[in-house]
Amino acid sequence: MSQKMTRRRLLLGGAATAAVAMVKSSFGKMVQTGIPEAAMDPTRQVGPLPGVLGTRSPFEHPQRKASLTSSQTPLQDLYGIITPSDLHFERHHAGVPAIDPNTYELTIHGMVDRPTVFSLADLKRFPAVSRICFIECSGNFRKPDKETITPQDICGLTSQSEWTGVMLSTIFREVGVDPKATWFLAEGSDAAVMTRSIPVSKGWDDAMIVYAQNGEAIRPQQGYPARLLLPGWEGNTSIKWLRRIELSDGPFMTREETSKYTEPIKDGKIRQFSFTMDARSIITYPAYPVQLQKGWVEIRGIAWSGRGKITGVEISTNAGKSWQAARLQEPVMDKAHTCFRYLWQWDGDTTEIMSRAIDETGYIQPSLKELITARGIGTGYHLNPVTAWLIKRGGEVVYRPEKWK
Amino acid sequence: MPYWACVAGIAMISCERRVNTAPTHFGYGRPATKQEIAAKAIAIRPDGKGLPAGSGTVQHGAVIYAGKCASCHGVTGTEGPFNVLVAPDTADAVPFDRAPQRIKAIGNYWPYATTVFDYVRRAMPFNAPGSLSDNEVYSLTAYLLYANKLIDSSTVMNAKTLPGVIMPARKYYVTDNRNGGDGPYE
Repeated sequence: MSQKMTRRRLLLGGAATAAVAMVKSSFGKMVQTGIPEAAMDPTRQVGPLPGVLGTRSPFEHPQRKASLTSSQTPLQDLYGIITPSDLHFERHHAGVPAIDPNTYELTIHGMVDRPTVFSLADLKRFPAVSRICFIECSGNFRKPDKETITPQDICGLTSQSEWTGVMLSTIFREVGVDPKATWFLAEGSDAAVMTRSIPVSKGWDDAMIVYAQNGEAIRPQQGYPARLLLPGWEGNTSIKWLRRIELSDGPFMTREETSKYTEPIKDGKIRQFSFTMDARSIITYPAYPVQLQKGWVEIRGIAWSGRGKITGVEISTNAGKSWQAARLQEPVMDKAHTCFRYLWQWDGDTTEIMSRAIDETGYIQPSLKELITARGIGTGYHLNPVTAWLIKRGGEVVYRPEKWK
Repeated sequence: MPYWACVAGIAMISCERRVNTAPTHFGYGRPATKQEIAAKAIAIRPDGKGLPAGSGTVQHGAVIYAGKCASCHGVTGTEGPFNVLVAPDTADAVPFDRAPQRIKAIGNYWPYATTVFDYVRRAMPFNAPGSLSDNEVYSLTAYLLYANKLIDSSTVMNAKTLPGVIMPARKYYVTDNRNGGDGPYE
Protein backbone atom coordinates (compact mmCIF):
# COMPACT_ATOMS: atom_id res chain seq x y z
CA MET A 1 0.00 0.00 0.00
CA SER A 2 2.79 2.36 0.83
CA GLN A 3 4.24 1.86 -2.66
CA LYS A 4 0.98 2.86 -4.21
CA MET A 5 0.59 5.77 -1.85
CA THR A 6 4.08 6.94 -2.65
CA ARG A 7 3.51 6.89 -6.38
CA ARG A 8 0.28 8.76 -6.09
CA ARG A 9 1.33 10.78 -3.11
CA LEU A 10 -0.16 14.16 -2.52
CA LEU A 11 1.95 17.16 -1.67
CA LEU A 12 1.09 18.86 1.56
CA GLY A 13 -0.46 22.26 1.01
CA GLY A 14 0.39 23.71 4.41
CA ALA A 15 -2.66 23.79 6.59
CA ALA A 16 -4.96 24.28 3.63
CA THR A 17 -7.89 21.96 3.23
CA ALA A 18 -7.31 21.53 -0.50
CA ALA A 19 -4.74 18.95 -1.53
CA VAL A 20 -1.98 19.93 -3.93
CA ALA A 21 -0.76 18.04 -6.97
CA MET A 22 1.99 18.64 -9.52
CA VAL A 23 0.93 19.15 -13.14
CA LYS A 24 2.83 20.12 -16.25
CA SER A 25 2.29 23.72 -17.28
CA SER A 26 2.19 24.83 -20.91
CA PHE A 27 5.92 25.55 -20.62
CA GLY A 28 6.63 21.97 -19.59
CA LYS A 29 7.51 22.91 -16.00
CA MET A 30 6.06 21.04 -13.07
CA VAL A 31 3.86 23.35 -11.06
CA GLN A 32 1.70 22.80 -8.03
CA THR A 33 -2.04 23.07 -8.31
CA GLY A 34 -4.80 22.69 -5.78
CA ILE A 35 -7.28 19.86 -5.95
CA PRO A 36 -10.46 19.91 -3.88
CA GLU A 37 -10.22 16.90 -1.55
CA ALA A 38 -13.79 15.72 -1.96
CA ALA A 39 -13.82 15.79 -5.77
CA MET A 40 -10.68 13.72 -6.15
CA ASP A 41 -10.56 10.09 -7.24
CA PRO A 42 -6.92 9.13 -6.72
CA THR A 43 -7.13 6.36 -9.29
CA ARG A 44 -8.01 8.78 -12.08
CA GLN A 45 -5.30 11.36 -11.71
CA VAL A 46 -1.54 10.88 -11.66
CA GLY A 47 -0.16 12.28 -8.45
CA PRO A 48 2.96 14.28 -7.86
CA LEU A 49 6.26 12.68 -8.85
CA PRO A 50 9.04 12.03 -6.34
CA GLY A 51 10.15 15.23 -4.61
CA VAL A 52 13.21 16.34 -2.70
CA LEU A 53 11.40 16.61 0.63
CA GLY A 54 8.59 14.52 2.04
CA THR A 55 5.41 15.98 3.41
CA ARG A 56 2.63 15.17 5.83
CA SER A 57 -0.69 14.08 4.44
CA PRO A 58 -2.82 17.14 3.81
CA PHE A 59 -5.36 15.49 6.09
CA GLU A 60 -3.01 15.56 9.09
CA HIS A 61 -2.45 18.78 11.02
CA PRO A 62 -0.58 18.05 14.24
CA GLN A 63 0.43 21.32 15.84
CA ARG A 64 2.23 22.54 18.86
CA LYS A 65 0.38 24.98 21.06
CA ALA A 66 2.47 28.13 21.24
CA SER A 67 2.52 30.88 23.84
CA LEU A 68 4.97 33.75 24.32
CA THR A 69 7.32 31.52 26.29
CA SER A 70 6.88 27.98 25.01
CA SER A 71 5.15 25.66 22.59
CA GLN A 72 3.77 22.30 23.68
CA THR A 73 3.94 18.94 21.95
CA PRO A 74 0.54 17.47 20.91
CA LEU A 75 1.01 14.25 22.91
CA GLN A 76 -2.51 13.07 22.08
CA ASP A 77 -1.75 13.11 18.33
CA LEU A 78 1.43 11.03 18.48
CA TYR A 79 2.12 7.30 18.12
CA GLY A 80 5.11 5.42 19.49
CA ILE A 81 7.92 7.09 21.37
CA ILE A 82 9.64 9.48 18.96
CA THR A 83 8.42 13.06 18.77
CA PRO A 84 8.64 14.33 15.19
CA SER A 85 11.32 17.02 15.32
CA ASP A 86 9.01 19.80 14.22
CA LEU A 87 6.64 18.91 17.06
CA HIS A 88 9.32 18.83 19.79
CA PHE A 89 8.37 21.29 22.50
CA GLU A 90 10.12 24.64 22.63
CA ARG A 91 11.10 26.64 25.64
CA HIS A 92 13.60 29.43 25.38
CA HIS A 93 14.09 32.73 27.08
CA ALA A 94 14.99 35.16 24.31
CA GLY A 95 14.00 33.55 21.03
CA VAL A 96 15.77 31.19 18.65
CA PRO A 97 19.21 32.39 17.53
CA ALA A 98 20.46 31.92 13.96
CA ILE A 99 23.92 30.36 14.16
CA ASP A 100 26.19 29.67 11.21
CA PRO A 101 27.61 26.15 11.64
CA ASN A 102 30.76 27.19 9.77
CA THR A 103 31.67 29.82 12.34
CA TYR A 104 30.24 27.99 15.37
CA GLU A 105 32.73 27.47 18.21
CA LEU A 106 32.59 25.76 21.57
CA THR A 107 35.17 26.95 24.09
CA ILE A 108 36.07 24.78 27.08
CA HIS A 109 38.24 26.31 29.77
CA GLY A 110 38.60 26.86 33.52
CA MET A 111 39.91 23.93 35.57
CA VAL A 112 41.27 21.98 32.60
CA ASP A 113 44.78 21.11 31.42
CA ARG A 114 44.16 22.17 27.82
CA PRO A 115 41.69 25.04 27.27
CA THR A 116 40.34 24.27 23.80
CA VAL A 117 38.12 25.71 21.09
CA PHE A 118 36.18 23.14 19.08
CA SER A 119 34.49 23.75 15.75
CA LEU A 120 31.37 21.80 14.81
CA ALA A 121 33.52 19.67 12.51
CA ASP A 122 35.84 18.92 15.45
CA LEU A 123 32.89 17.76 17.57
CA LYS A 124 31.74 15.49 14.74
CA ARG A 125 35.17 13.85 14.48
CA PHE A 126 34.97 12.41 17.99
CA PRO A 127 33.52 8.91 18.47
CA ALA A 128 29.77 9.37 18.08
CA VAL A 129 27.01 8.00 20.26
CA SER A 130 23.25 7.90 19.68
CA ARG A 131 20.65 7.53 22.37
CA ILE A 132 16.93 7.97 22.73
CA CYS A 133 15.74 9.94 25.73
CA PHE A 134 13.13 12.48 26.70
CA ILE A 135 13.66 16.13 27.48
CA GLU A 136 11.08 17.59 29.83
CA CYS A 137 10.74 21.11 31.14
CA SER A 138 10.53 21.16 34.95
CA GLY A 139 7.64 23.60 34.60
CA ASN A 140 5.65 20.95 32.73
CA PHE A 141 2.50 21.23 34.77
CA ARG A 142 -0.71 23.13 34.47
CA LYS A 143 -2.60 24.07 37.60
CA PRO A 144 -5.79 22.00 37.52
CA ASP A 145 -8.40 24.60 36.84
CA LYS A 146 -10.85 23.31 34.23
CA GLU A 147 -12.20 20.22 32.46
CA THR A 148 -11.49 21.21 28.87
CA ILE A 149 -7.74 20.67 28.68
CA THR A 150 -5.82 18.13 26.63
CA PRO A 151 -2.69 16.06 27.36
CA GLN A 152 -0.85 18.73 25.35
CA ASP A 153 -2.09 21.42 27.76
CA ILE A 154 -1.30 19.38 30.87
CA CYS A 155 2.18 18.14 30.05
CA GLY A 156 3.13 18.98 26.46
CA LEU A 157 6.54 20.23 27.59
CA THR A 158 8.04 16.78 27.23
CA SER A 159 9.29 15.33 23.95
CA GLN A 160 11.57 12.53 22.86
CA SER A 161 14.19 12.23 20.16
CA GLU A 162 17.08 10.09 19.10
CA TRP A 163 20.07 12.32 19.79
CA THR A 164 23.50 11.86 18.25
CA GLY A 165 26.72 13.49 19.35
CA VAL A 166 29.78 12.97 21.50
CA MET A 167 29.86 11.91 25.14
CA LEU A 168 30.84 14.85 27.32
CA SER A 169 33.20 12.45 29.15
CA THR A 170 35.13 12.08 25.88
CA ILE A 171 35.49 15.87 25.70
CA PHE A 172 36.40 16.04 29.39
CA ARG A 173 39.26 13.59 28.76
CA GLU A 174 40.29 15.52 25.69
CA VAL A 175 40.74 18.79 27.59
CA GLY A 176 42.03 17.12 30.77
CA VAL A 177 39.49 18.09 33.41
CA ASP A 178 41.11 18.79 36.78
CA PRO A 179 40.02 16.11 39.28
CA LYS A 180 39.30 18.94 41.73
CA ALA A 181 36.67 20.45 39.42
CA THR A 182 33.20 19.81 40.87
CA TRP A 183 30.90 21.96 38.71
CA PHE A 184 30.83 23.27 35.20
CA LEU A 185 29.02 26.20 33.68
CA ALA A 186 27.23 25.61 30.38
CA GLU A 187 26.46 28.72 28.37
CA GLY A 188 24.29 29.19 25.29
CA SER A 189 24.64 31.76 22.54
CA ASP A 190 21.04 32.90 22.43
CA ALA A 191 20.08 36.47 23.38
CA ALA A 192 19.55 35.32 26.99
CA VAL A 193 23.08 33.85 27.00
CA MET A 194 21.42 31.10 29.06
CA THR A 195 23.65 29.57 31.71
CA ARG A 196 23.36 26.73 34.20
CA SER A 197 25.84 25.20 36.65
CA ILE A 198 26.06 21.42 36.39
CA PRO A 199 27.85 18.96 38.69
CA VAL A 200 30.90 17.50 36.92
CA SER A 201 29.71 14.02 37.93
CA LYS A 202 26.84 14.29 35.43
CA GLY A 203 29.39 15.15 32.77
CA TRP A 204 31.30 11.95 33.46
CA ASP A 205 28.10 9.91 33.76
CA ASP A 206 25.81 10.26 30.71
CA ALA A 207 25.93 13.87 29.49
CA MET A 208 26.44 14.49 25.78
CA ILE A 209 27.06 17.29 23.35
CA VAL A 210 24.65 16.51 20.54
CA TYR A 211 24.43 17.84 17.00
CA ALA A 212 21.77 15.58 15.51
CA GLN A 213 18.16 14.82 16.29
CA ASN A 214 16.13 12.03 14.73
CA GLY A 215 18.60 11.41 11.95
CA GLU A 216 19.29 14.98 10.84
CA ALA A 217 20.94 18.11 12.17
CA ILE A 218 19.31 19.45 15.33
CA ARG A 219 16.51 21.89 14.63
CA PRO A 220 17.24 25.56 15.43
CA GLN A 221 14.50 25.45 18.09
CA GLN A 222 16.34 22.57 19.78
CA GLY A 223 19.78 24.14 19.81
CA TYR A 224 21.31 24.10 16.31
CA PRO A 225 24.11 23.43 15.71
CA ALA A 226 24.98 21.80 19.06
CA ARG A 227 23.49 21.54 22.51
CA LEU A 228 24.18 19.96 25.83
CA LEU A 229 22.04 16.90 26.60
CA LEU A 230 21.59 15.84 30.21
CA PRO A 231 19.36 12.75 30.10
CA GLY A 232 16.65 12.68 32.76
CA TRP A 233 17.38 16.19 34.04
CA GLU A 234 15.13 19.23 33.82
CA GLY A 235 15.19 20.52 30.26
CA ASN A 236 16.56 23.93 31.14
CA THR A 237 19.91 22.35 32.05
CA SER A 238 20.38 20.89 28.55
CA ILE A 239 21.73 24.22 27.33
CA LYS A 240 20.98 24.85 23.66
CA TRP A 241 23.24 26.65 21.19
CA LEU A 242 26.11 25.66 23.49
CA ARG A 243 29.06 28.02 23.13
CA ARG A 244 31.07 27.68 26.33
CA ILE A 245 31.82 25.27 29.16
CA GLU A 246 33.78 26.51 32.17
CA LEU A 247 35.06 23.97 34.71
CA SER A 248 34.98 25.26 38.28
CA ASP A 249 35.05 24.25 41.93
CA GLY A 250 31.60 25.57 42.74
CA PRO A 251 28.28 26.59 41.18
CA PHE A 252 27.96 30.04 39.63
CA MET A 253 24.47 30.77 41.04
CA THR A 254 23.08 32.03 37.76
CA ARG A 255 19.62 33.54 37.51
CA GLU A 256 18.16 30.28 36.13
CA GLU A 257 19.28 28.29 39.19
CA THR A 258 18.34 30.84 41.86
CA SER A 259 15.44 33.13 41.01
CA LYS A 260 13.99 30.54 38.57
CA TYR A 261 14.01 26.72 38.51
CA THR A 262 14.02 26.62 42.31
CA GLU A 263 10.98 25.71 44.33
CA PRO A 264 9.61 26.79 47.69
CA ILE A 265 8.86 23.68 49.76
CA LYS A 266 7.74 22.93 53.31
CA ASP A 267 8.86 25.06 56.26
CA GLY A 268 9.74 28.05 54.13
CA LYS A 269 12.65 26.30 52.45
CA ILE A 270 13.60 26.92 48.84
CA ARG A 271 14.85 23.83 47.01
CA GLN A 272 17.73 24.38 44.60
CA PHE A 273 19.51 22.23 42.02
CA SER A 274 16.52 19.91 41.73
CA PHE A 275 17.79 18.40 38.51
CA THR A 276 16.14 15.01 38.15
CA MET A 277 12.69 14.63 36.63
CA ASP A 278 10.55 12.30 38.76
CA ALA A 279 8.60 9.46 37.13
CA ARG A 280 5.39 10.41 35.42
CA SER A 281 2.78 9.05 33.06
CA ILE A 282 -0.28 10.30 31.25
CA ILE A 283 -3.11 8.62 29.39
CA THR A 284 -3.16 10.21 25.95
CA TYR A 285 -6.18 8.19 24.79
CA PRO A 286 -8.97 8.47 25.70
CA ALA A 287 -8.51 12.03 26.84
CA TYR A 288 -10.23 15.37 26.28
CA PRO A 289 -11.70 16.09 23.70
CA VAL A 290 -12.38 12.45 22.74
CA GLN A 291 -15.97 11.29 22.51
CA LEU A 292 -15.95 7.67 23.69
CA GLN A 293 -18.19 4.84 22.55
CA LYS A 294 -19.32 1.98 24.74
CA GLY A 295 -17.40 -1.27 24.40
CA TRP A 296 -13.76 -2.15 24.06
CA VAL A 297 -11.31 0.70 24.48
CA GLU A 298 -7.53 0.48 24.33
CA ILE A 299 -6.25 2.94 26.91
CA ARG A 300 -2.93 4.32 25.68
CA GLY A 301 -0.28 6.63 27.00
CA ILE A 302 3.35 7.29 27.81
CA ALA A 303 5.39 6.97 30.99
CA TRP A 304 8.91 8.17 31.75
CA SER A 305 11.40 8.68 34.56
CA GLY A 306 14.53 10.77 34.91
CA ARG A 307 15.95 8.12 37.24
CA GLY A 308 16.06 5.20 34.84
CA LYS A 309 13.72 2.74 33.21
CA ILE A 310 10.00 2.49 33.68
CA THR A 311 9.31 -0.88 35.30
CA GLY A 312 5.56 -0.68 35.31
CA VAL A 313 2.49 1.39 34.63
CA GLU A 314 -0.72 0.75 36.50
CA ILE A 315 -4.15 1.72 35.29
CA SER A 316 -7.26 2.40 37.30
CA THR A 317 -10.61 2.49 35.56
CA ASN A 318 -12.56 3.05 38.78
CA ALA A 319 -11.25 6.38 40.04
CA GLY A 320 -8.26 4.89 41.84
CA LYS A 321 -10.06 2.19 43.85
CA SER A 322 -8.05 -0.61 42.20
CA TRP A 323 -5.10 -0.77 39.82
CA GLN A 324 -4.08 -3.21 37.08
CA ALA A 325 -0.81 -3.54 35.19
CA ALA A 326 -0.69 -2.06 31.70
CA ARG A 327 1.36 -3.67 28.92
CA LEU A 328 4.63 -1.87 28.23
CA GLN A 329 5.71 -1.56 24.61
CA GLU A 330 9.35 -2.40 23.92
CA PRO A 331 11.82 -0.81 23.78
CA VAL A 332 11.75 0.23 27.42
CA MET A 333 14.79 2.48 27.74
CA ASP A 334 16.66 4.41 30.38
CA LYS A 335 15.23 7.91 30.90
CA ALA A 336 12.90 7.53 27.95
CA HIS A 337 9.23 7.86 27.10
CA THR A 338 7.76 4.36 27.19
CA CYS A 339 4.42 3.47 25.62
CA PHE A 340 1.82 1.62 27.66
CA ARG A 341 -1.51 0.11 26.64
CA TYR A 342 -4.40 -1.43 28.54
CA LEU A 343 -7.46 -3.07 27.04
CA TRP A 344 -10.68 -2.17 28.82
CA GLN A 345 -14.39 -2.56 28.30
CA TRP A 346 -16.32 0.59 29.06
CA ASP A 347 -19.86 -0.20 30.20
CA GLY A 348 -21.17 3.29 29.60
CA ASP A 349 -21.21 4.42 33.25
CA THR A 350 -19.52 7.51 34.56
CA THR A 351 -16.01 6.74 35.79
CA GLU A 352 -12.49 8.06 36.06
CA ILE A 353 -9.46 6.52 34.38
CA MET A 354 -5.89 7.22 35.40
CA SER A 355 -2.35 5.87 35.13
CA ARG A 356 0.61 5.80 37.48
CA ALA A 357 4.22 5.13 36.54
CA ILE A 358 6.69 3.07 38.54
CA ASP A 359 10.41 3.34 37.85
CA GLU A 360 13.38 1.11 38.59
CA THR A 361 14.10 2.85 41.90
CA GLY A 362 10.68 1.71 43.12
CA TYR A 363 9.26 5.23 42.93
CA ILE A 364 5.51 5.33 42.32
CA GLN A 365 4.04 8.39 40.63
CA PRO A 366 2.18 10.31 43.35
CA SER A 367 -1.23 11.93 43.42
CA LEU A 368 -1.44 15.72 43.48
CA LYS A 369 -2.58 15.47 47.10
CA GLU A 370 0.52 13.50 48.05
CA LEU A 371 2.75 16.07 46.34
CA ILE A 372 1.04 18.96 48.10
CA THR A 373 1.27 17.14 51.45
CA ALA A 374 5.01 16.70 50.91
CA ARG A 375 5.81 20.15 49.53
CA GLY A 376 3.02 22.63 50.16
CA ILE A 377 1.57 24.78 47.40
CA GLY A 378 4.46 27.12 46.76
CA THR A 379 5.74 25.74 43.48
CA GLY A 380 4.81 24.90 39.92
CA TYR A 381 8.12 23.15 39.22
CA HIS A 382 8.66 19.38 39.31
CA LEU A 383 5.01 18.48 39.63
CA ASN A 384 4.25 15.03 38.27
CA PRO A 385 0.87 14.01 39.66
CA VAL A 386 -1.37 11.22 38.45
CA THR A 387 -3.74 12.68 35.86
CA ALA A 388 -7.34 11.51 35.86
CA TRP A 389 -9.77 11.66 32.95
CA LEU A 390 -13.46 11.75 33.79
CA ILE A 391 -15.66 9.79 31.40
CA LYS A 392 -19.20 11.08 31.50
CA ARG A 393 -22.25 8.96 30.81
CA GLY A 394 -22.59 10.29 27.27
CA GLY A 395 -19.01 9.35 26.45
CA GLU A 396 -17.60 12.83 26.89
CA VAL A 397 -14.03 12.59 28.20
CA VAL A 398 -12.75 15.54 30.23
CA TYR A 399 -9.92 16.35 32.59
CA ARG A 400 -10.83 15.98 36.25
CA PRO A 401 -9.76 19.23 37.94
CA GLU A 402 -8.32 18.96 41.43
CA LYS A 403 -8.09 21.42 44.29
CA TRP A 404 -4.78 23.27 44.48
CA LYS A 405 -4.52 23.42 48.26
CA MET B 1 39.11 -27.19 25.69
CA PRO B 2 41.84 -27.41 28.37
CA TYR B 3 41.98 -24.73 30.99
CA TRP B 4 45.23 -23.23 29.71
CA ALA B 5 43.71 -22.76 26.24
CA CYS B 6 40.81 -20.81 27.74
CA VAL B 7 43.17 -18.55 29.63
CA ALA B 8 45.31 -18.03 26.53
CA GLY B 9 42.20 -17.25 24.50
CA ILE B 10 40.99 -14.66 26.97
CA ALA B 11 44.47 -13.13 27.09
CA MET B 12 44.50 -12.83 23.31
CA ILE B 13 41.07 -11.19 23.26
CA SER B 14 42.18 -8.73 25.92
CA CYS B 15 45.26 -7.82 23.90
CA GLU B 16 43.22 -7.26 20.80
CA ARG B 17 40.78 -5.03 22.71
CA ARG B 18 43.61 -2.98 24.07
CA VAL B 19 44.77 -2.20 20.54
CA ASN B 20 41.33 -0.78 19.72
CA THR B 21 40.93 1.22 22.93
CA ALA B 22 40.16 4.87 22.27
CA PRO B 23 42.92 7.32 23.09
CA THR B 24 42.35 9.72 25.96
CA HIS B 25 43.45 12.54 23.72
CA PHE B 26 42.51 12.85 20.05
CA GLY B 27 44.17 16.19 19.43
CA TYR B 28 41.04 17.72 17.92
CA GLY B 29 40.25 21.41 18.29
CA ARG B 30 42.70 24.24 18.78
CA PRO B 31 44.13 25.74 21.98
CA ALA B 32 42.07 28.60 23.41
CA THR B 33 44.24 31.67 23.97
CA LYS B 34 44.20 33.58 27.26
CA GLN B 35 42.87 36.63 25.43
CA GLU B 36 39.89 34.90 23.88
CA ILE B 37 39.03 33.17 27.15
CA ALA B 38 39.13 36.54 28.94
CA ALA B 39 36.78 37.98 26.31
CA LYS B 40 34.32 35.09 26.57
CA ALA B 41 34.35 34.21 30.29
CA ILE B 42 31.64 36.59 31.45
CA ALA B 43 30.14 34.52 34.27
CA ILE B 44 30.24 35.98 37.77
CA ARG B 45 30.60 33.72 40.78
CA PRO B 46 28.87 34.40 44.11
CA ASP B 47 32.25 35.21 45.69
CA GLY B 48 32.67 37.97 43.11
CA LYS B 49 35.19 36.12 40.95
CA GLY B 50 34.73 37.34 37.40
CA LEU B 51 33.44 40.80 38.30
CA PRO B 52 35.03 43.44 36.04
CA ALA B 53 36.66 46.72 36.97
CA GLY B 54 34.40 49.75 37.25
CA SER B 55 31.65 50.88 39.60
CA GLY B 56 28.15 52.30 39.73
CA THR B 57 25.84 54.35 41.90
CA VAL B 58 22.18 54.15 42.89
CA GLN B 59 21.53 57.59 41.40
CA HIS B 60 22.98 56.77 38.00
CA GLY B 61 21.18 53.43 38.08
CA ALA B 62 17.84 55.13 38.67
CA VAL B 63 18.29 57.18 35.52
CA ILE B 64 19.22 54.14 33.40
CA TYR B 65 16.36 52.17 34.90
CA ALA B 66 13.81 54.84 33.99
CA GLY B 67 15.08 54.96 30.41
CA LYS B 68 15.73 51.30 29.63
CA CYS B 69 13.91 49.09 32.12
CA ALA B 70 10.75 50.76 33.39
CA SER B 71 8.72 50.10 30.24
CA CYS B 72 8.83 46.33 30.97
CA HIS B 73 9.28 46.19 34.74
CA GLY B 74 7.26 49.23 35.87
CA VAL B 75 8.20 52.69 37.07
CA THR B 76 9.14 51.45 40.55
CA GLY B 77 9.95 47.85 39.61
CA THR B 78 6.66 46.51 40.96
CA GLU B 79 4.15 47.28 38.21
CA GLY B 80 5.24 44.92 35.42
CA PRO B 81 4.01 43.96 32.86
CA PHE B 82 7.04 41.65 32.94
CA ASN B 83 8.95 40.29 35.95
CA VAL B 84 8.51 42.22 39.17
CA LEU B 85 11.99 43.19 40.36
CA VAL B 86 11.28 44.97 43.62
CA ALA B 87 9.89 42.75 46.37
CA PRO B 88 6.70 43.93 48.05
CA ASP B 89 7.78 42.27 51.32
CA THR B 90 10.90 40.96 53.05
CA ALA B 91 12.46 37.51 52.74
CA ASP B 92 11.11 36.65 56.20
CA ALA B 93 7.44 37.31 55.41
CA VAL B 94 4.95 34.41 55.31
CA PRO B 95 6.64 31.34 53.73
CA PHE B 96 6.07 30.86 50.00
CA ASP B 97 4.72 27.33 50.45
CA ARG B 98 1.79 28.81 52.35
CA ALA B 99 1.37 31.85 50.11
CA PRO B 100 1.63 30.69 46.48
CA GLN B 101 0.52 34.07 45.13
CA ARG B 102 3.36 35.85 46.91
CA ILE B 103 5.62 37.64 44.47
CA LYS B 104 9.21 36.42 44.20
CA ALA B 105 11.65 39.25 43.54
CA ILE B 106 15.25 40.22 44.20
CA GLY B 107 14.76 41.36 47.79
CA ASN B 108 12.73 38.44 49.07
CA TYR B 109 13.87 35.52 46.91
CA TRP B 110 17.25 35.98 45.23
CA PRO B 111 20.06 34.36 47.27
CA TYR B 112 23.08 36.16 45.73
CA ALA B 113 23.57 39.80 44.75
CA THR B 114 26.19 38.87 42.13
CA THR B 115 23.44 37.17 40.10
CA VAL B 116 21.85 40.56 39.43
CA PHE B 117 25.01 41.85 37.77
CA ASP B 118 25.59 38.63 35.84
CA TYR B 119 22.05 38.40 34.52
CA VAL B 120 21.57 42.07 33.63
CA ARG B 121 24.86 42.13 31.77
CA ARG B 122 24.17 38.98 29.75
CA ALA B 123 20.47 39.29 29.01
CA MET B 124 19.09 42.78 29.57
CA PRO B 125 17.53 45.00 28.33
CA PHE B 126 15.37 42.39 26.60
CA ASN B 127 15.27 44.40 23.37
CA ALA B 128 19.02 45.17 23.39
CA PRO B 129 20.87 42.48 25.36
CA GLY B 130 24.57 43.03 25.82
CA SER B 131 24.31 46.76 25.14
CA LEU B 132 25.11 48.04 28.63
CA SER B 133 28.62 49.01 29.75
CA ASP B 134 30.03 47.43 32.90
CA ASN B 135 29.61 50.73 34.77
CA GLU B 136 25.98 50.92 33.68
CA VAL B 137 25.41 47.36 34.90
CA TYR B 138 27.02 48.21 38.25
CA SER B 139 24.74 51.24 38.53
CA LEU B 140 21.60 49.29 37.64
CA THR B 141 22.59 46.61 40.13
CA ALA B 142 23.06 49.28 42.80
CA TYR B 143 19.67 50.79 42.01
CA LEU B 144 17.85 47.43 42.10
CA LEU B 145 19.50 46.43 45.40
CA TYR B 146 18.63 49.83 46.84
CA ALA B 147 15.01 49.64 45.65
CA ASN B 148 14.82 46.24 47.37
CA LYS B 149 16.12 47.85 50.61
CA LEU B 150 19.30 45.76 50.58
CA ILE B 151 21.78 48.67 50.43
CA ASP B 152 21.48 52.37 51.21
CA SER B 153 21.45 55.12 48.61
CA SER B 154 25.11 56.04 49.04
CA THR B 155 26.61 52.56 48.65
CA VAL B 156 28.76 52.28 45.54
CA MET B 157 28.73 48.93 43.75
CA ASN B 158 31.99 47.49 42.49
CA ALA B 159 33.86 44.17 42.43
CA LYS B 160 34.60 44.50 46.17
CA THR B 161 31.24 45.66 47.55
CA LEU B 162 28.78 43.65 45.43
CA PRO B 163 29.66 40.14 46.73
CA GLY B 164 29.37 41.47 50.30
CA VAL B 165 25.70 42.51 49.99
CA ILE B 166 23.69 40.32 52.35
CA MET B 167 20.73 38.63 50.69
CA PRO B 168 18.24 37.64 53.38
CA ALA B 169 16.57 34.87 51.34
CA ARG B 170 19.80 32.87 51.11
CA LYS B 171 19.30 31.17 54.47
CA TYR B 172 16.18 29.44 53.15
CA TYR B 173 17.96 27.67 50.28
CA VAL B 174 18.50 23.91 50.51
CA THR B 175 19.91 21.48 47.96
CA ASP B 176 17.60 18.95 46.33
CA ASN B 177 16.78 16.06 48.62
CA ARG B 178 14.71 13.91 46.28
CA ASN B 179 16.12 10.47 45.62
CA GLY B 180 13.32 8.49 44.03
CA GLY B 181 12.73 5.09 45.60
CA ASP B 182 9.72 4.02 47.59
CA GLY B 183 10.26 6.28 50.58
CA PRO B 184 8.13 9.29 51.46
CA TYR B 185 7.62 11.88 48.70
CA GLU B 186 9.91 14.86 48.94
